[in-house]
Amino acid sequence: MIAEIGRFLVALALIASIAQTVLAFLAANRKGVGPFARAGLSAAEMAVASAGAGFILLIALFIQSDFSIAYVAANSHVDKPLAYKIAAAWGGHEGSMLLWCLMLAVFGLGLARIGPKEAGLRMRAVSFQGLLQSLFFAFLAFASNPFDRILPAPLQGQELNPILQDPALVIHPPLLYVGYVGLSASFAIAAAGLWQGSRGREVATALRPWALGAWTSLTAGIALGAWWAYYELGWGGWWFWDPVENASFMPWLLGAALIHSAIATEKRGAFPGWTVFLALLAYILSILGAFLVRSGVITSVHAFALDPERGVWILGMLGISAVAGFTLFALRAGSLGEGDGFEPTSREAFIGANNLLLAATAGVVFVGTLYPLFIELSGGATVSVGAPYFNATATPLLVLLLVLLPLAPFLPWVNGGAKAGVRQMRAALLLLPVTLTGAVFIWFEAPVMAVIGGALGVWVIAGAVMDTLRSVPSAQTGPLRALAIGRALAHAGVGFIALGAAADASRPPDIHVALVPGEQMQIAGRTLELQDIRRADGPNYLADRAELTVSGASSGTVMPERRYYPGADQHTREVALKSRLSGDLYVSVGEPRPRGDGVVGYEIRAAFHPLIWALGLGALMVVVGGLTALGGRLANQRRMFQRRELSSTGKATPEPAE
Amino acid sequence: MIARLAVILALILASSSAMAEDVMLPGEQEAEAQALMREIRCMVCSGESILDSGAPMARDMRVFVREQIAEGADAEGVRQALVERFGHEVLLRPPMEGRTAPLWIAPVAFVLLGGVLLFTAMRRTSRKKS
Repeated sequence: MIAEIGRFLVALALIASIAQTVLAFLAANRKGVGPFARAGLSAAEMAVASAGAGFILLIALFIQSDFSIAYVAANSHVDKPLAYKIAAAWGGHEGSMLLWCLMLAVFGLGLARIGPKEAGLRMRAVSFQGLLQSLFFAFLAFASNPFDRILPAPLQGQELNPILQDPALVIHPPLLYVGYVGLSASFAIAAAGLWQGSRGREVATALRPWALGAWTSLTAGIALGAWWAYYELGWGGWWFWDPVENASFMPWLLGAALIHSAIATEKRGAFPGWTVFLALLAYILSILGAFLVRSGVITSVHAFALDPERGVWILGMLGISAVAGFTLFALRAGSLGEGDGFEPTSREAFIGANNLLLAATAGVVFVGTLYPLFIELSGGATVSVGAPYFNATATPLLVLLLVLLPLAPFLPWVNGGAKAGVRQMRAALLLLPVTLTGAVFIWFEAPVMAVIGGALGVWVIAGAVMDTLRSVPSAQTGPLRALAIGRALAHAGVGFIALGAAADASRPPDIHVALVPGEQMQIAGRTLELQDIRRADGPNYLADRAELTVSGASSGTVMPERRYYPGADQHTREVALKSRLSGDLYVSVGEPRPRGDGVVGYEIRAAFHPLIWALGLGALMVVVGGLTALGGRLANQRRMFQRRELSSTGKATPEPAE
Repeated sequence: MIARLAVILALILASSSAMAEDVMLPGEQEAEAQALMREIRCMVCSGESILDSGAPMARDMRVFVREQIAEGADAEGVRQALVERFGHEVLLRPPMEGRTAPLWIAPVAFVLLGGVLLFTAMRRTSRKKS
């Protein structure tokens, strides 16, 4: 019965979305808040309510372990802990698409409630968002309904892939989806702006907070995924240039470009066409990401829910969104206006360079991810495009980006200000040779990339500190201060990420040996002794737990596990970590195997990951910085709006610009 | 395909029974072997290099690479041998040749195109000013 109500709710949400598209379209051509605008808002509310209720029902089905539902049977098991039963509701394909749809609807309602101030732009954006919702709800209802039943119902479910049974993975998909889907709001605003012939500046102002919020959430989602890969996949890697990661990296790069170019467009009218184009492209690449992940077109570490049929649907939605957006762009981009122009040492020029490098990196990732597919389709011998390719092509672009990053906040708008900029940066400039030397010292014998990355990391952090010292005290209002703090925090976070990545590129030690209890191994100034291996079964798995004592640079015990999940017939490794400021000791235990001397030992893999915390701290700072800037931006907008209201009643006070 | 792989695997295993473990080579040679292994794809684990993978097949491939290097083979020779056995997919860094040319041209093209766009956007002032 619950499932049938669920199916009904999905259909209802589809109808509400179509109604939202049509009603908002009709409202857009009328003045004021007429009956159509009110009805459009109700339709948006209806879509959120039905999709939300549907999602709750799906969770209820998981809690009940109702295996007559195909999706539940494919992703759950009676022995699974309750938290993971609930999380499985969005762990597989159909459920995650329901979540995607729900979020589209939430952003649709958001646009209707707190979207662009100008009513025409707002209603058109709501209408466009309704179109995007309708596409995905149709897909959900007709091709990937999470409430489909199977006959006969199995007695036991198939278990969610055990490596996904992890706290980080409970919140990783929702964060990622807020990011992907949040970009739909800036897509809708961009398309709406093109449609009604708004100026680029107006569109950039309206979409900037949406893009910033979405991008911040996407950052958090990707960072959580990287962290999960680090401790869960068992060998300490955190970024693989895997197609599925690339799928999230492309919208992230374009989102990063967008939140910067939108500033230049909003403040100085620079790059109006480009900002709008980026807003369209970023969401198109989000759908492309969904296509790569969900269609199974690329098999990869992440390739879970595979079904070729769905690929066609997603490709269709991708095509419709892209054609709608880019046709509008081709026809109407002219009305966005031309940029005001600027000098090579202005902030616009640096934001332009930032966009050039970020977009070129996204282009490289796009080509590298899709070209093997293209070759396969054209019938040639297949090729692999892996980390070495991306390191050779994308990394130099990102390195150049880091070189320029700390300079930009010191440059004035429009007019070249190299001299003034350099003067304000002189302390940071002094830090450059210092950090270079320091980095060479620290990573003596380290590869070139590690030294460059380390020095750049410190260069960026130093720049952010300088920026804080200069911009924060001089900010005239609270919201402006929040914007300055957010910028500095996010930039410093990027520096910390570079530092962590550089430490990782220094080729830290990684040793595999087979040990029997009582034997020792050495790594990074530490001695590990295998004490014991014994059974440590959990609620839905069998496990061997190794106990190793650590002495030397850090001391204590580590207990890595090797688990077997009978429900999914799968082995996993639970890594044991010992974190210090200098880095993580990373130990995992593998299968028993015969050694050269004939004794059967347990494979122990020990690695040392220096400064790995810098990656996590950096990502956290970027996220907190993004949220701070978003808060400042919204408060500033409200302030400006109130001022305008006041000034229209006669009490004009000049407001300092952002 | 599976049968071919099985034969290859058996061959590798037979040739390496004395080195069933990851025994590291002395200094320079180990560095060379690791640099090579970082760019060889583990054929059963999609995307990971054989240096990173924990799969048994990756271990066997590591043993093969180290043996070849120890016998004095150069990196290019080992790469060739692996390509003959597993196909071009085994190389994580695609070679520079006709059909992979777009991969290597694309980055340069993107930067040039972006550079031209940025330059045009910038020039607009100068024209206005003069």
